[in-house]
Amino acid sequence: MAATGTRSIREASKRYQAGVMKYAQMGYWEADYQPKDTDVLAMFRITPQEGVDPVEAAAAVAGESSTATWTVVWTDRLTACDAYRAKAYKVEPVPGGPGQYFAYIAYDLDLFEPGSIANLTASIIGNVFGFKPLKALRLEDMRLPVAYVKTFDGPPTGIVVERERLDKFGRPLLGATVKPKLGLSGKNYGRVVYEALQGGLDFTKDDENINSQPFMHWRDRFLYCMEAVNRAQAATGEIKGTYLNVTAATMEDMYERAELAKELGSVIVMIDLVIGYTAIQSMAKWCRKNDMILHLHRAGHSTYTRQKTHGISFRVISKWMRLAGVDHIHAGTVVGKLEGDPNSVQGFYNVLRETHNPVDLQRGLFFEQDWGGLRKVLPVASGGIHAGQMHQLLSYLGEDVVLQFGGGTIGHPMGIAAGATANRVALEAMVLARNEGRDIWNEGPEILVQAARYCTPLKAALDTWGEVSFDYASTDTPDFIPTPTAA
Amino acid sequence: MRLTQGTFSFLPDLSDEQVRAQIEYCLTNGWAVSLEYTDDPHPRNTYWEMYGNPMFDLKDAAGIMAELQACRKTFPRHYIKLNAFDSTRGVESLRLSFIVQRPGQEPGFMLLREESKGRTQRYTLRAYATDQPEGQRY
Repeated sequence: MAATGTRSIREASKRYQAGVMKYAQMGYWEADYQPKDTDVLAMFRITPQEGVDPVEAAAAVAGESSTATWTVVWTDRLTACDAYRAKAYKVEPVPGGPGQYFAYIAYDLDLFEPGSIANLTASIIGNVFGFKPLKALRLEDMRLPVAYVKTFDGPPTGIVVERERLDKFGRPLLGATVKPKLGLSGKNYGRVVYEALQGGLDFTKDDENINSQPFMHWRDRFLYCMEAVNRAQAATGEIKGTYLNVTAATMEDMYERAELAKELGSVIVMIDLVIGYTAIQSMAKWCRKNDMILHLHRAGHSTYTRQKTHGISFRVISKWMRLAGVDHIHAGTVVGKLEGDPNSVQGFYNVLRETHNPVDLQRGLFFEQDWGGLRKVLPVASGGIHAGQMHQLLSYLGEDVVLQFGGGTIGHPMGIAAGATANRVALEAMVLARNEGRDIWNEGPEILVQAARYCTPLKAALDTWGEVSFDYASTDTPDFIPTPTAA
Repeated sequence: MRLTQGTFSFLPDLSDEQVRAQIEYCLTNGWAVSLEYTDDPHPRNTYWEMYGNPMFDLKDAAGIMAELQACRKTFPRHYIKLNAFDSTRGVESLRLSFIVQRPGQEPGFMLLREESKGRTQRYTLRAYATDQPEGQRY
């Protein structure tokens, strides 16, 4: 795509004349630019205001997210400004999205501090989202060059080591969030943890907003929960864990809480996305030092990931969090109560779990991404899922995932332990059948009914929730759909 | 109690036919199958005894089943598990691990608590069976 007034002005005396000039003319648009292997690449969905040329809008995004300000400054000439300028190099109309354009921008690696998500994001999403000539702006995807990936420590544990540490292979892990999420005393809270773990779950979880409230001080929660974890380990001979949420007002408080979790022998601690990128990287560092798995709840993300025209895609958040270094991240269920188009969610999962992502437009991946040996993040599927969906969950999400059945465990008519058993039996029966080569997508309900013959809790779960589904249209869907080809 | 380590411990014990189907699945994926046995089922006992090396070059489910029968015959009262190892770059670990034999009686574990400061407890897990010397436990 080209438009008038988009050629950069090469002649220095004209280029650096005081005054205002188009971003494209300032050099933030280079149609023939070939991105270098070491460039950071970003793809934005831009919606220019009426009358704003899309190429100029793309150049403005490149400018405002790198070196530019609204007017020409002569001090540019004291720098290697041609290299430091981000370059918009491709602008395409969004298929089926009138007035929207995909803008591709390349950034030189030296614009960023090594190993700092805070610095990366201060550039890429720092000022530019409030820029007046744009109605809306969304960061759709990024390509992080291996040279940059290698400056991050990544997940402290990663999928492979987590499985080895927990001695759990060949199936998704099972979890549950303690409910009600607020109000339980420490003693009652620990009861839910004990019942769920000894009934068959691998993990229980604090909810995002369980920190240290009047009804339950954090120390009380940790002490009762670890009693429950150890009791459940003795009852089953299996490693169990409970995500102790250490989210707090300050880093000092979080470190204090994490230290107690460690002292009590917990295998995992938890934080919320709302603590911020720097705090997340600090906790990742602490976890690496202390052999702890780090669980991240994506609290708050929907404020900026859900709407397609403005904000940040969750696939970008997934990439940042893999760099920042978390071991678990909530990444959608497809079938549950929260937003999640199947293709988009699989795109997030691939970003978290693969060593290399090819371009996959159908799943919203616009760039090839080489992870350069960075450990893998275990995605967590949580929110409105139940045993009756086991075949769908395994088909959509695969094996390296934590399936979290909160209500689907605790709300079981025969009790919490029975709810946990129902989920575990449903899961193992489904994995066994899949490995035997059965078509679980179609035969799934029948496989569950068969398994329920020797497992009364599973029968009760299917009777209670078998028909429950959350069938609403997703808002965050990929823009590219496969064209059917003649068979 | 029933030890619930391994991929399929919540299902009724697998028949030989079911075990064989899982072996076929592992071989189809190019994973190396191995057998391990123990009479110390503590969840932190990472190193069960190896019944030979992983069978990297044995691509035949019947052959692996024969190894399993021989292992069962030698250790009739031990826990035995079947592992599948995936050497793919980025994995290089187990992809499946499930119990294929368990003792008739599983006495389970004792949880020992030691009072510590600030209401904390030091927890220790001990298998009742490991009170006896190795080889005389089940």
